[in-house]
Amino acid sequence: MAEEPLISLRGITKLFGTGPAAFQALKGVDLDIMRGDFVAVMGPSGSGKSTTMNILGCLDVPTSGTFLFKGHHVETLDRDQRSLLRRRYLGFVFQGFNLLARTTALENVELPLIYRGTPKQERHELAMAALGKVGLAEWADHTPGELSGGQQQRVAIARALVTTPDVLLADEPTGNLDTERSIEIMELLTGLNRDSGITVLLVTHEAEMAAFARTVVHFRDGLVESIEQKPLAGGAAK
Amino acid sequence: MFGITLILAIREIQRHLLRSFLTTLGIVIGVAAVITMVTLGNGATAAVKKQISSLGSNILMVRPGQRMGPGSGGESPPPFKNADLDAIREQIAGARSVAGQAQAQATGVRNAQNWSTSINGTTNDYLDAQTWPLASGRRFTAAEEQAGKSVCIIGNTIVTNLFQGVDPVGQRFRIGDVSCTVIGVLSTRGQGGFGNDQDDVVIMPLKVVQRRFTGNRDLRSIMVAVDEAYDTKVVQQSLSGLMRERRNLTGAMPDNFNIFDTRQISDAVSGSTKVLTGLLGAVAAVSLIVGGIGIMNIMLVSVTERTREIGIRLAIGALANEVLLQFLVEAVVLSSLGGIIGVLLALVATASLAPVMGVEFLFDPFINLVAFGFSALIGVVFGYFPARRAAALNPIDALRHE
Ligand SMILES: Nc1ncnc2c1ncn2[C@@H]1O[C@H](COP(=O)(O)OP(=O)(O)O)[C@@H](O)[C@H]1O
Ligand SMILES: [Mg+2]
Repeated sequence: MAEEPLISLRGITKLFGTGPAAFQALKGVDLDIMRGDFVAVMGPSGSGKSTTMNILGCLDVPTSGTFLFKGHHVETLDRDQRSLLRRRYLGFVFQGFNLLARTTALENVELPLIYRGTPKQERHELAMAALGKVGLAEWADHTPGELSGGQQQRVAIARALVTTPDVLLADEPTGNLDTERSIEIMELLTGLNRDSGITVLLVTHEAEMAAFARTVVHFRDGLVESIEQKPLAGGAAK
Repeated sequence: MFGITLILAIREIQRHLLRSFLTTLGIVIGVAAVITMVTLGNGATAAVKKQISSLGSNILMVRPGQRMGPGSGGESPPPFKNADLDAIREQIAGARSVAGQAQAQATGVRNAQNWSTSINGTTNDYLDAQTWPLASGRRFTAAEEQAGKSVCIIGNTIVTNLFQGVDPVGQRFRIGDVSCTVIGVLSTRGQGGFGNDQDDVVIMPLKVVQRRFTGNRDLRSIMVAVDEAYDTKVVQQSLSGLMRERRNLTGAMPDNFNIFDTRQISDAVSGSTKVLTGLLGAVAAVSLIVGGIGIMNIMLVSVTERTREIGIRLAIGALANEVLLQFLVEAVVLSSLGGIIGVLLALVATASLAPVMGVEFLFDPFINLVAFGFSALIGVVFGYFPARRAAALNPIDALRHE
């Protein structure tokens, strides 16, 4: 049975700059992502992984091509509509954490809920629950400056999952962490994918991290080179 | 949406206290400077006006003198005589009191003290014209005025310098070569509009001064107090006509006397203090603008710093307008806060400086509003426009911003 993909990219190109200095980072990416999948995106540096992730996350717009999300065209949406799409369906984890400075872990995690208009009491409970899931309930009142890198990334994950998004996009979330912290993060993401059914898109260049994924997409020179599908009974199965 | 934004804005202000403080400081200084300068300037104008009005508001001063022009110069214009006073009293409607004056400088001596002062030879009419009441003692009697008795009414400065610790009324002292009895003390007037001490005066009957000091029967000037019910301009005109007639001036012959309206002097002086206030205000406005540029600087720097913050907010689903509104609210809150503190600071500064500077404290709601409004405007303009630039970025570009 051919299930409808959650996300579908067709012929996506991305041109940076104009004129002779222009650089084509993506040369026609075709990619389908199924609901509930755990996808690792791999490839050499500069192959267009981040560019693709940014387009998938509606943080950037493609130069051409079609982008369907739940069957709806995304490439025709305006800025605010893309914002609302991010607000409603997407969560982000960045390599550089991107937490608000001088802002407590709790307030950072509450932020997406504030923009959703969640009432204060509920906001607080949801944020505490999310911090609990990443094992940082006791650190709720600490600012990023007082947390280790691994802890900051867990706060960022809590912020991404507090809204129970459909898709969680993580661009090299373990890039700044040692192996032990990285594995903790990967286990967290795996758990979210398995228990909450959140579709996870992960960029990594470490095979060890990609091993957690069910699907591995290989990029090269702005194109999808190959897609590896692991058997369902693989590492991610219960 | 607005409630949320307000919460976010206030949180950001609290998180960046130093930045908030510096932003606010620029506004505080600018606003306080403008209000203080203008308020003190207004106070000074009011003080000058008050002093000038103490001259008496509707007073015409008639003095012999020539307008500059062809045919002028040569012999000096003839002085006024006592007969001119009677003519004015009889023929000019609206002349409330008419006082002739003869003036002299002399040194008053009592015991070992001496004090150089000016003598004003006149009549009770002068006190009426000036509406200058006595603090103690009495005015001249008709007999004293007629006979030119050697009595005097003295100002407070004379009391301080020659009559320390005694009641001067009834005392005698020597002034020039004349020994005179003090019959009254004038109420204190303080500084005049031109910085002169109005209380440094000895008033004696006109005839005494003419006989014993000036040695002639001339009048140095005539003071005409105009009745409130009459138009000073009209009275001035008929006075001018009368004087021309009495001084045999016909046709195109120029006046050989001048009539000053004290109100004109008052207008001229308060006009110049207004110019001064304007100047002070302009200086202060420059400081407000400089403060504004400081704010612009801090806001620009902070928006650059905060471009990543804007990126984060956009990435997690904030609308560009929500981010902008937050920055706008921050800017408005900070600059209004600065404005309010500036207004209060100016209030304290003017209230405590005014008495020291000898000017009146006049609260001017207009300048307070203008300065406050301007501060809010600066905050909005400089807080909003840089933020708008940042919010227009692609979220990923804002996030990558270093
Ligand atoms: N904003 C940009 N402007 C110009 N070139 C860019 C920009 N972002 C990425 N690139 C270029 O596009 C190519 C792909 O970048 P990226 O998607 O970040 O690669 P990676 O696979 O390492 O994440 C690189 O050569 C990079 O230099
Ligand atoms: Mg990358």
